[in-house]
Amino acid sequence: MSTSTAVLPKAAAPTKPPKKLSGSGHSQGRVGALMLLPAGILMLVFLLIPIGLTFLLAFTNARLISPVPAKFIGVDNFIRLFESSTFWKSLTNTIVFAVVIVPVQSGLALILAVLVNAKVRGTNIFRTIYFLPVVTSMVVVSMLWMFMYQQEGLINSVLARLGIIGPDWLGDPNTALFALIIMSAWQAMGFHMVIWLSGLQTISGDLYEAASLDGASPWQQFWNVTWPGLKQTRTFILITITISAFSLFTQVNIMTQGGPLDSTSTVVFQAVRTGFQQQQTGYASAISLVFFVLVLAVSLVQRYLTRDKDLGK
Amino acid sequence: MTIALPRTRRSASEQQDRLKSVLIMILRIVLCFVFGLPLVFLIVASFKPDTQIFADLGSWAAFLPVGELSLDNYIGVFERVPFAQFMMNSVLISVATVALGIVVNSMAAFALSRVQFRGQKLILGIVLATLIVPFETLALPLLWWCNQLPYFGIDGFSQGWLDTYEVQIIPFIANAFSIYLFYQYFDSIPKELDDAATVDGAGWFRIYRSIVMPLAGPAVATVAILTFLPAWNSYLWPLMVVQSEELRPAMVGIDYFKQLSVSWGQLMAYASMITVPILVLFIAFQRAFINSIASSGVKG
Repeated sequence: MSTSTAVLPKAAAPTKPPKKLSGSGHSQGRVGALMLLPAGILMLVFLLIPIGLTFLLAFTNARLISPVPAKFIGVDNFIRLFESSTFWKSLTNTIVFAVVIVPVQSGLALILAVLVNAKVRGTNIFRTIYFLPVVTSMVVVSMLWMFMYQQEGLINSVLARLGIIGPDWLGDPNTALFALIIMSAWQAMGFHMVIWLSGLQTISGDLYEAASLDGASPWQQFWNVTWPGLKQTRTFILITITISAFSLFTQVNIMTQGGPLDSTSTVVFQAVRTGFQQQQTGYASAISLVFFVLVLAVSLVQRYLTRDKDLGK
Repeated sequence: MTIALPRTRRSASEQQDRLKSVLIMILRIVLCFVFGLPLVFLIVASFKPDTQIFADLGSWAAFLPVGELSLDNYIGVFERVPFAQFMMNSVLISVATVALGIVVNSMAAFALSRVQFRGQKLILGIVLATLIVPFETLALPLLWWCNQLPYFGIDGFSQGWLDTYEVQIIPFIANAFSIYLFYQYFDSIPKELDDAATVDGAGWFRIYRSIVMPLAGPAVATVAILTFLPAWNSYLWPLMVVQSEELRPAMVGIDYFKQLSVSWGQLMAYASMITVPILVLFIAFQRAFINSIASSGVKG
């Protein structure tokens, strides 16, 4: 039936040649390309040019609002940057945050995914509840957890009932970054659970059947069937968590302002502090550039590592 | 197959399996508390005066609507800040970003996926390459740049886009990830449809509007959800570009409650009002939400 309807217009076409001529190859291709224009212009102005500007401004003394035009000052911004202990502290914090949260969040999210992957009644409800923090904005989550982390707050009250005296989570430089890690993982875990889940569901059930016929334990099944089957998903999750970990800002700005004693200051927080509050666009661009290189390096390394394994198999 | 006959002794392994599934179910339920309770607390506390909130902390009452309950916190929010204005701004900015984004990005993806022209592969390559650039790396240079751009207002020409609705919307319309999602979807729609339509005299724009887009419902939903959430939740950018209260979105407006002497109840009321609508939307369109997130992970 579908073939006959598809053939009909083609057969009818030769009877109306004038219409066909009006839309001939070249001009139509141009019209088609024009449809790319709005997105093209917007991406050029708001994405590609700013990327270029990051590189240019980093070598100038540009200020956000200034009557005098920016001047080229060579690598002065970078010298200042690398001499700043706050910058090094921020860079270290950012890396520590990423190094801890990447395995914790992706690992726990995988456990959640496995828990809700079973065909048990109510799975849908569990999945929905685990996902709720993801649709809650980080601003609200930060406010909420700021309250929960207070010395006399919700978390310490719960701990007190268990006989544990909780620390002043956000007030103590030893626990503040750790506190941010916990709440950030709490917020985003549902997101990665869903991505793991979609990965899990692409693995054919036949493979598990074959494995269990061969007498593989659930653990062996996981390592020999599930884990290799999740390779693509794994790469995607690692890269997205790493990049969003490097971009840490909202939680810091709302909950700690980088304190106490710079213990939660991050690269993006410093970029905003210098580039927005102190209006030193040039210096902030230098920070952004370092950040950009960091993200690029990590994605390239992660891509390279996963590609390498692919070839090895 | 595994239904145990009544009154027969279960084997040890069967008993172990049962114990395991009970333990796993308990784990699932405990996790529900972990992820759900803080939000329950948020909403419950928004109806309590501060003294009650703190008094309830040590017990389950923290999560239950008990004790002194009132709408005082909500009334307080409306007295303290122009909440309706903030909310309207948030809705306007996110809806405009999403709607314009769907049109602009789907057209671009259409051109890349179905029309033949030179440089197509290169452009697609550039679009995909920009996917790994997080917005935060560009935020500061972009802030400076937006302050240099010429602005065409009602009262003519001026310099700088800061403190406008436009600066909160226009930079976020074109989106590499949306283009990519549309591109993937359009590629799966048979190209024979285009040929048939061309024979009938339809131009590319007609094909886009009357053939491809009507078939692209799922892609539109995915893009709408994946661009709405960041637009609604956007914080860093409006924090920097907006000074006037009447242009401020709800996420930034919450800062008022932190700076002035904190009333936790009011803060929770404000937070509830900007969160609950999204939670309701999520629960109503749960399947679409989850599918969008899941499909965002398909890029390898």
